[in-house]
Amino acid sequence: MGLALARAAQWTAVGHGTTTLESTPLNEAIVKEIVVFVESVLSKHPQAARFVFIEPLEWKTDLVPSAFGLGYVTSENTVQSEEVDKHGEPLLFLSKSKIKVRSFGQLSRLLLTAKGTKLKEAQACLEANRDPVAKILGLDYGTAKGESFNQLTILEKMTMGVGPEHEIKMNVAMLIQQLDTYLLNHSLKHIALEIHLNPSTVRNDIELLKSCSGKGKETVLESIEYTSEYEFSNGCRAPPWRQMLGEMCYVLVKPHDAETLCITCCTEGVFLNGGKTDDERELDYERKSNIYKDLVTFLSEKSATFSENMAKKENKFDEQQKKHLQQDEAPKKEQTVSKFDSAKSALDQINFVRSPIRKRLQPSLNWRSTVDSKDKNSVRDVPGETLAARLEKTRPSLIPGRGPVIRKVLERPEDIVSESSSESEEDEEPPDHLLEANADLPSEYWQIQKLVKYLKGGNQTVTVIALCSLRDFNLAQETCQLAIRDVGGLEVLINLLDTDELKCKIGSLKILKEISHNPQIRRNIVDLGGLPVMVSILDSPNKSLKCLAAETIANVAKFRRARRAVRQHGGITKLVALLDCRQNSSEPSQPSLYEATDVDVARCGAQALWSCSKSYANKEAIRKAGGIPLLAQLLKTSHEDMLIPVVGTLQECASEENYRAAIKEERIIGNLVKNLNSENEELQEHCAMAIYQCAEDEDTRELVRLHGGLKPLASLLSKTDNKERLAAVTGAIWKCSINKENVTKFHEYKAIETLVELLTDQPEEVLVNVAGALGECCQEYENCVLVRKCGGIQPLVNLLVGINQALLVNVAKAVGACAVDPESMMIIDRLDGVRLLWSLLKNPHPDVKASAAWALCPCIENAKDAGEMVRSFVGGLELVVNLLKSDNEEVLASVCAAITNIAKDQENLAVITDHGVVPLLSKLANTNNDKLRRHLAEAISRCCMWGRNKAAFGEHKAVAPLVHYLKSKDTNVHRATAQALYQLSEDIDNCITIHENGAVKLLLDMIGSNDQELQEAAAGCISNIRRLALAIDKARYT
Amino acid sequence: MNRKKLQKLTESLTKNCKHLFRGFDKDNDGCVSISEWINGLSLFLRGSLEEKIKYCFEVFDLNGDGYISKEEMFHMLKNSLLKQPSEEDPDEGIKDLVEITLKKMDYDHDGKLSFADYEQAVKEETLLLEAFGPCLPDPKSQMEFEAQVFKDSHDFNYDI
Repeated sequence: MGLALARAAQWTAVGHGTTTLESTPLNEAIVKEIVVFVESVLSKHPQAARFVFIEPLEWKTDLVPSAFGLGYVTSENTVQSEEVDKHGEPLLFLSKSKIKVRSFGQLSRLLLTAKGTKLKEAQACLEANRDPVAKILGLDYGTAKGESFNQLTILEKMTMGVGPEHEIKMNVAMLIQQLDTYLLNHSLKHIALEIHLNPSTVRNDIELLKSCSGKGKETVLESIEYTSEYEFSNGCRAPPWRQMLGEMCYVLVKPHDAETLCITCCTEGVFLNGGKTDDERELDYERKSNIYKDLVTFLSEKSATFSENMAKKENKFDEQQKKHLQQDEAPKKEQTVSKFDSAKSALDQINFVRSPIRKRLQPSLNWRSTVDSKDKNSVRDVPGETLAARLEKTRPSLIPGRGPVIRKVLERPEDIVSESSSESEEDEEPPDHLLEANADLPSEYWQIQKLVKYLKGGNQTVTVIALCSLRDFNLAQETCQLAIRDVGGLEVLINLLDTDELKCKIGSLKILKEISHNPQIRRNIVDLGGLPVMVSILDSPNKSLKCLAAETIANVAKFRRARRAVRQHGGITKLVALLDCRQNSSEPSQPSLYEATDVDVARCGAQALWSCSKSYANKEAIRKAGGIPLLAQLLKTSHEDMLIPVVGTLQECASEENYRAAIKEERIIGNLVKNLNSENEELQEHCAMAIYQCAEDEDTRELVRLHGGLKPLASLLSKTDNKERLAAVTGAIWKCSINKENVTKFHEYKAIETLVELLTDQPEEVLVNVAGALGECCQEYENCVLVRKCGGIQPLVNLLVGINQALLVNVAKAVGACAVDPESMMIIDRLDGVRLLWSLLKNPHPDVKASAAWALCPCIENAKDAGEMVRSFVGGLELVVNLLKSDNEEVLASVCAAITNIAKDQENLAVITDHGVVPLLSKLANTNNDKLRRHLAEAISRCCMWGRNKAAFGEHKAVAPLVHYLKSKDTNVHRATAQALYQLSEDIDNCITIHENGAVKLLLDMIGSNDQELQEAAAGCISNIRRLALAIDKARYT
Repeated sequence: MNRKKLQKLTESLTKNCKHLFRGFDKDNDGCVSISEWINGLSLFLRGSLEEKIKYCFEVFDLNGDGYISKEEMFHMLKNSLLKQPSEEDPDEGIKDLVEITLKKMDYDHDGKLSFADYEQAVKEETLLLEAFGPCLPDPKSQMEFEAQVFKDSHDFNYDI
């Protein structure tokens, strides 16, 4: 009893002074066994039952004096047994709930009296008397010191004393010792259930499999090997931080009939992991399969050949294993002791920071070494035991060295498992880390634990007190947040939401609201099913309650799974309903002490919607629930706290096309503009952001100007301290400046100059928008000049070397726009900007390529000695021609435009002809994209200027499709096509093709066009055709 | 409205309130006069927070000495831990709770709650109004009561 209690029982360190037995199945089993033993003493060992303890066992009992019947002298407060010792002292004495018992007989009768509560009594007794053996038999038998207590010591003692009394004592000692052994064996079985694998069994498995692997059909596997050659002193090969999760080693297995499997062996079993990552030395540790109990089971599942061959080898394998074990058996004992001592110390080092938690697990640590010796004893005692049973015992005995780590980790796997499947798609999921990672447990932890205990075990009055006191902790602090979770407070708080107690619900939500700022807690709340309850609270008539629930939802719904849960439980509709301020104002306000106003409710609803609106499906749901008119309504208020979430929601939602339409319809832009003038930075930011999103639409850009929104935007540009706001403002300016009239306004407000200043020392989000805005503004020539004068060219060109794709697209565009101005072009050329743009053509992203190619056009056009400059880029022309193989139409159009410009130089035209530009252009001819058609036709017409390219286009069948371009509705296409056809028609064969495809009628119409160039080209083409016809006629008649 | 119904409603309205009578019977003459009854109802149904604080404090101050002492708290909370944590003296838990409450509400740190302490604590956290046990009707029964009592008088102005 002594040893088992000292070692196996799991004592808690909770509370001050007294330690208690944790309520674990193991402890319960131990207490039960002890009760059975004590009860049987009276009947089985009457002699021992009369033995008087050296010291009484004392504890606090719940038994009342009246419960004692025959054989006891009872008074109102005290009970004495009639049975006395030789000095006349009673063997049982109870007074004011304190009980003293001095013999097994009395103990056993007491337990019989206690009936239903005997387990509780026994536990109380054991808890009060940490070393019962010492009290029963005297100090020198005590086990608390950690000394083992076995037959040898008893024998020693026996030889020392004489007399019948001594004999009885020895009998009792033997009895207790037997019980002790029994309890230890019993608890072993319990522990054995928890633990499956350990390093040495895994190693044996792998070694045996290795011996049966190789080439040939007979073998079970092609190969099996560890990923790491290095073995730690505890037999594990996994790196220490993975060992903390219970993982031991990783093996690469190549079965005959499957791909190489990378397998994790951990204490719970084996499973498939993600295999080697790109970085050769790292593994993807994430679990990809179910957990199997051992390697053989796992492989049989994965490989048919393996299970087939394994069946053949089964017998052999078994034999081998037995032999192996037998050989191992003897040395293993010693080995394991030393090995796991070192393992323990290694792990101690690893886990040094965790020591506070480990303290409570210490008992099982000590237990390991003693059980080993104990085990040997019991094995000797019971020679009949089978080998397998012995194995069963040695296995778990190996584990406790790792015990603390494993047990601590055991709670975690479910977390990890459930996450790996569903959470991989979550947006912002920080890795869950253990509280004990941050060293000592603070005193708050214990206080919080106590309060949560009262929360669980009290009536509503106590619950409210506990809730209020919990709120006094700094709930913004992570330690407190996690402490509440770790002591099981979250479950209680969420359960409270399900009760009818208004005050409990309010108190609980107040806490949940605070702690849900923590991402891990959010996830836990969702896992515990907190969201459906909170959503149902949104229906409550109590406004404060609604507010708190909405606010908590706002905090929790920061990740996708939570947002989905809110939607699926109908939360969106209810939240939208909260927005309706007017709804309740006519009703009598429900008399309540904890009143909140309708405005508060709407504000909280808006907050929750804001969080939820980050998911696409939720945006839809909000719209369908009629949220937009309500949001528009709320936008008219002047409460900043209200406006921020409202505008925030709108801003999130405005990314959707139909939202923008609805926003336009509800005349929201005007209010957004109005709020741009607010004092609140956050509000300004969100308004600007919403305008940024909405101004994708041309009408909205107009509206912003009409509502006078451009001026505040321009003036906000000069406030650069708040980067988020600056990014939003510049974004809004960018989108608005797509409208020409807006650009004029911005020019008027001197926004261009400010934008140029923002080109340096700003975060990328700002730079992207600034460059975008400048790109749009510089479409106006006078702004190009302005940018140059403000010194904007240099910073722009400097930005061409970045890696941010969005930034490169915008900067290239801006540089291109500036290059229209010859003076700016000189600067760009001097700064080597053209070469930088040219190298962007190699960028993997099509948008960047296209933007760079567009930008190159004005550069080539305006550069002095452009032909020479282009030739100076080694391999540059080949690069451009090869881009014609792209499948992105924007890239193709831009490259065609670039080729048009390059081909103006005869020498370069010769080079690109050599690179095969003609067939590539011809291949593109069958397109329906008008933009591409236009630039393609231009490029073709340019390329016709060299050698026999005209004929070559005809040979590559580019002519007929070109004629069809004339049916397009775009005049630009007509012009370019007519020009191309004019060039092509100088070749006789092409002329015939053009005529055959019915171009003449179309071209005749175009001669009547207002566009002079088009007229000319069309006329030229027709004249070529006509001339050919005349020549043929002439030839025919002469 | 018949007598029986009113009786039932009043019962439901006041079922939680142990010390109701004492709170109503201001002049301690052993019976609730009509004006006392009306005052009490008014407080229950339309009382402001201040009035309710005052009322609750009077209820909790069992001996009427102007303070809620530790002993009084102990008395009021002693049956409130439903599940006795087995390892401890049941009274320990209550004592601990009293300490916790004092820590939270005793602003002048004199080991007992004065009315000022109580008022300040409740104003900071309304949930603490009925800190030591329910003594006001819960909103639901209150609404039921009002619905019954006022249902015929349409001209009654709720918002007074």
